[in-house]
Amino acid sequence: MISLSVSETASPATPHAPGADTTIRVEDVSVTYRTSLERKPTFKSTLLRLGRRERVVREVEALKNVSLEVHQGSVLGIVGANGAGKSTLVRTMAGILPPSVGRVEVHGRVSTLLALGVGFNRDLSGRENVILGGLAAGLSREQLHAKYDEIVEFAELEDFMDMPMRTYSSGMYGRLGFSVAVNMDPDILLIDEALSVGDAKFRKKSFEKMRELCAQARTIVLVSHALGSIEQLCDTAIWMHKGELRMQSDPESIVHAYTKFLDVGEDAFTMEDL
Amino acid sequence: MTTEIETTARDIVPPGEGEERHVEWEGEQHVYEPHRVGIPPLGPYVRELWRRREFAFELSRTTLRAQHFETAFGQLWLVLNPLLLAFVYFLLVDILRHGHRPHGFFAHLVGGIFVYYFFSGAVRESVKSVTGGGRLVLNTAFPRILLPLSTVITAFKRFVPTFFIYIPIHLISGLPVTLADLWVIPIVLTIAMTAAGVSMFVAALQVYFRDVKSFLPYVLRIWMYASPILYYANEIPNHWNWLLKANPIGSPLAAWSEVLQKGHAPPPVDMLVGLAWGAGLLVTGALFFMSRERDFAVRL
Ligand SMILES: Nc1ncnc2c1ncn2[C@@H]1O[C@H](COP(=O)(O)OP(=O)(O)OP(=O)(O)O)[C@@H](O)[C@H]1O
Ligand SMILES: [Mg+2]
Repeated sequence: MISLSVSETASPATPHAPGADTTIRVEDVSVTYRTSLERKPTFKSTLLRLGRRERVVREVEALKNVSLEVHQGSVLGIVGANGAGKSTLVRTMAGILPPSVGRVEVHGRVSTLLALGVGFNRDLSGRENVILGGLAAGLSREQLHAKYDEIVEFAELEDFMDMPMRTYSSGMYGRLGFSVAVNMDPDILLIDEALSVGDAKFRKKSFEKMRELCAQARTIVLVSHALGSIEQLCDTAIWMHKGELRMQSDPESIVHAYTKFLDVGEDAFTMEDL
Repeated sequence: MTTEIETTARDIVPPGEGEERHVEWEGEQHVYEPHRVGIPPLGPYVRELWRRREFAFELSRTTLRAQHFETAFGQLWLVLNPLLLAFVYFLLVDILRHGHRPHGFFAHLVGGIFVYYFFSGAVRESVKSVTGGGRLVLNTAFPRILLPLSTVITAFKRFVPTFFIYIPIHLISGLPVTLADLWVIPIVLTIAMTAAGVSMFVAALQVYFRDVKSFLPYVLRIWMYASPILYYANEIPNHWNWLLKANPIGSPLAAWSEVLQKGHAPPPVDMLVGLAWGAGLLVTGALFFMSRERDFAVRL
């Protein structure tokens, strides 16, 4: 029995009464993806398939009975192999994916920086994407206008904001995404390995910014394969394995156990910053 | 295990106490529970929708800006298409009618095509509103219904200048200008409701069947022929009369023509049938969309 229920391990370690200042509570959540194996689901192929009894839907259990609590002001790191369900967990917290079973409770305004970055229409300019993304995320127009210059300045993209985003390099994409997410003054910041795209200078800058945010009373969830940054930024961490929460502890122990499990050792590659 | 039981116990706490606990979080609280095919709690949904209404307007503004809607020439361009279509149909219908056209027929045709263009434009644009929402749908939690609603707003903004093109045609045709002409406002509103309902329906359907988009032009073309645009509602033979009632925008279009051509209030039955269709489709379209939207992020 390796997989522990988080609440069991966490409660004695943390001084908080359960639920007292919990910002994110994930209760026994499972997420099952039901995906069609067709490249593009169409009406035509559905009709043509009617006669035959072919299975075209596959179920993937991406999360299995995960429970955890994230406290106000804490920085939670999530590590795990590819396909372990980290992104799924974060998207469930963000309210993008509904849990198949269980319940997620989130207190506060969430800002996300997920693996896909900002921008939903590459033909729109950076400015339009920032405004539309912000409005969709629930910010008011005034808040956006107040933040806009800050966002652009941090991303250092002053000259590019009126260009269509298809003309951006992937690093510029990443910078804008990071800048939007951290400058929105969220109560909760969810980051899914979106920090690795910038050049060395921007990486340093975003790391500093993360430090600053972590020091404030914000709740941050950080998914990263850069174990070094997990150790440096987080004050608690979890290790996901095949959809299950395998371990929750302090970042050092998690990184140690995880690297031992992967059998790679804590070398330059795994510890690389952000 | 014990934690589990505690959790359940906390959930049964009367709502008053629960609220008190959340005051310190300054309002925002989200609970996500499984209801993949169910309808989400309506109260919070509508509140979120209202809070983010600016998004729908901004999206519509951005779409129009991309089409150079703000320049005079851009507006002319948008008007040109339905106007040319009106000329083509005028030629066709005039030949079929052996030149016997009632007084004001061209105005009827142009007016009808313009409103129909509002309806079909909203539906045609909205069909890809969700599937084209891409990363925004994948990365942000917001009421997705804003996406098809935004296309209805866009279509409406494009309809307004066409109405101003209609006015001189109306006047040149010598049609009456009366106070009853104001009936066009509720008529356009019922059509907008129908358009919104159908838009939501096709936008959700497109996620599951990506070829809805390719069927749609045919459906919309047939729909237009089944509506009293190329002919007057009172010319419909008796055994086809049911079609007018069965067509959600049939009655409003009949009323539209009646008001503009004759300058008096439309028959109440047309307004009521139109309103019933509009309200019915808006509610069912919205409920269908909402019951499906939690599934979109996985399907894109
Ligand atoms: N849209 C989807 N449809 C079907 N299955 C999916 C979908 N997204 C993810 N999965 C599956 O869910 C599981 C967990 O995926 P997830 O993206 O959460 O992994 P991850 O831990 O973020 O991995 P990585 O480190 O590569 O980012 C995987 O087995 C994956 O195949
Ligand atoms: Mg991932």
